[in-house]
Amino acid sequence: MSRKTLLGLGLGIIALLLLPLFLPRFYVYLASIILLYGLLATSLNLVLGYGGIFQFHHAVFYGVGAYGTTLMLMKTSLPALCAFIAGPLVSAAFGFLLGIICIRLSKLYFGMLQISLGSLVWVIVYRWYAFTGGDDGIHGIPMPEMLSSPKSAYYFTLIITLVSLFIMWKMIRSPFGSVLQGIRDNPVRSEMIGINVRRHQLLALVLAGFFAGVAGSLFVVVDNTVFPDMLFWTLSLEIVIMCLLGGWFTFLGPMLGAAVIVALRTFVSTYTDYWALVLGITMMLVIFFLPSGILGYVEDKFKRGFIEPEIEEQ
Amino acid sequence: MLEVTALSKTFAGFKAVNQANLAVEKGEIVAVIGPNGAGKTTLFNLITGIIKPDSGRVLFKKEDITGLAPYEVCRKRISRSFQIVNVFQRLTVFENVQISVLSREKKTWNLFTPSASLAIKETDEILESVGLLKKKNRTTALLSHGDRKVLEIAMALGGSPEFLILDEPTAGMAAEETSRCIDLIKKLSRTMGLTILFCEHDMEIVFGIANRIMVMVRGGTVIQGSCGEVRCNEAVQDAYLGGSDTCLKAS
Repeated sequence: MSRKTLLGLGLGIIALLLLPLFLPRFYVYLASIILLYGLLATSLNLVLGYGGIFQFHHAVFYGVGAYGTTLMLMKTSLPALCAFIAGPLVSAAFGFLLGIICIRLSKLYFGMLQISLGSLVWVIVYRWYAFTGGDDGIHGIPMPEMLSSPKSAYYFTLIITLVSLFIMWKMIRSPFGSVLQGIRDNPVRSEMIGINVRRHQLLALVLAGFFAGVAGSLFVVVDNTVFPDMLFWTLSLEIVIMCLLGGWFTFLGPMLGAAVIVALRTFVSTYTDYWALVLGITMMLVIFFLPSGILGYVEDKFKRGFIEPEIEEQ
Repeated sequence: MLEVTALSKTFAGFKAVNQANLAVEKGEIVAVIGPNGAGKTTLFNLITGIIKPDSGRVLFKKEDITGLAPYEVCRKRISRSFQIVNVFQRLTVFENVQISVLSREKKTWNLFTPSASLAIKETDEILESVGLLKKKNRTTALLSHGDRKVLEIAMALGGSPEFLILDEPTAGMAAEETSRCIDLIKKLSRTMGLTILFCEHDMEIVFGIANRIMVMVRGGTVIQGSCGEVRCNEAVQDAYLGGSDTCLKAS
């Protein structure tokens, strides 16, 4: 990483730390939501952009994480910390379970099976009134004293998001991350250099599930509610769009995409009910003009300066 | 070293490989030749586990490797390159080979050490030996076709194989690139003692570097023998080489 990037990151983090001091309560809430959606989109991108696995129903793990944490808080007397750890772990377990079934199929077929199985999980949550509260969800989840104000929830979200992003960033740069990108580019070749493709993909799915679960738990902290829509497939679609919009071959692209989409949803939906229309048109424009996403485009522009232009003779 | 007996594979009624036999001794360079669609690539896919055979056996160093998954075959120290360029498009030349080395060193489950600090020396050595060191930081999408074919071989070398399978290593290369590639193959055989199995359409290359030749027609083995034997075999001449003057010329 260059000095400039480090400086930029440092300034960004300081800005995020100071943000609640200047902004009204609603915007602090909004910033928390953007952060945790960004974390969610980044966790999807771990398998989508870096792993080339079409995980179309990623929201399942987000919802399961949120419900896991909530149910632990409500139904057991264990300390809150246990609940916050349990949520992501349950998500990871679901990641393993769905992964091991779907991984036998490739590309679009994986995505289709994943949507169906994920929808099954949604139905269970939606219908099981006694346990999950059914379509009402669960409201007014008690939070420990420390996390009860919007400001403290924001700082908690910020810290956990930054730590999670850092861990994922390390993973992508590890040998496992290199191998994952190799598998994305060419699974047959990867296997032929001695890599057990399925097992590596499965671990990636478990890790992505875990971090989606972290995002889900953070939502519980910020909003104190859970509801079945958190596992509905339309949310999954939104997360995929966040990745594509921001740039799915860049690390921070999904975070940017999340910011754009959450902002769009919040502000456009105050003017019109058809905010999804605005989203759709934005998406089409991006696909036409910035096929590698916003951040992908910026990176390409930036990099072009370094690679000597050279025409290869065939 | 490698022994293929009566290997067969049928795709929807089409006998792609039909009772093929092949034997490769340690240190040899063996060529597989045959007209288009004779089943050469399918044979390689069967040996390396990309396709499972219907019947027949593949023995490597006396061990049965029939039907093993490709990654298991690779761990037996068998590496291959592909006819159609098969590299990691979005990664650099260095990373392409590095992944292969990391895989051999069984470091692929490492989640937290930066890749950039691992297997640098080994990867550089391989790139040096194939002559790609100067281009190591380029994305493979920016390489010429010839360089990409060489990168294929470099990736295969990352697994430090004892047995190397090359599927039309020089296909589509410019004349100068071809001669460089042939020198490379000879060098690998001579200095690293690799056993090499390859297929190729250019007869000059085949007769130039192969110790022995196996001829495939319609999925089956016609003959396997020395260059001279193959050149003078009537069935081969009918099927493939065309005319008997090649034999006369040789003798």
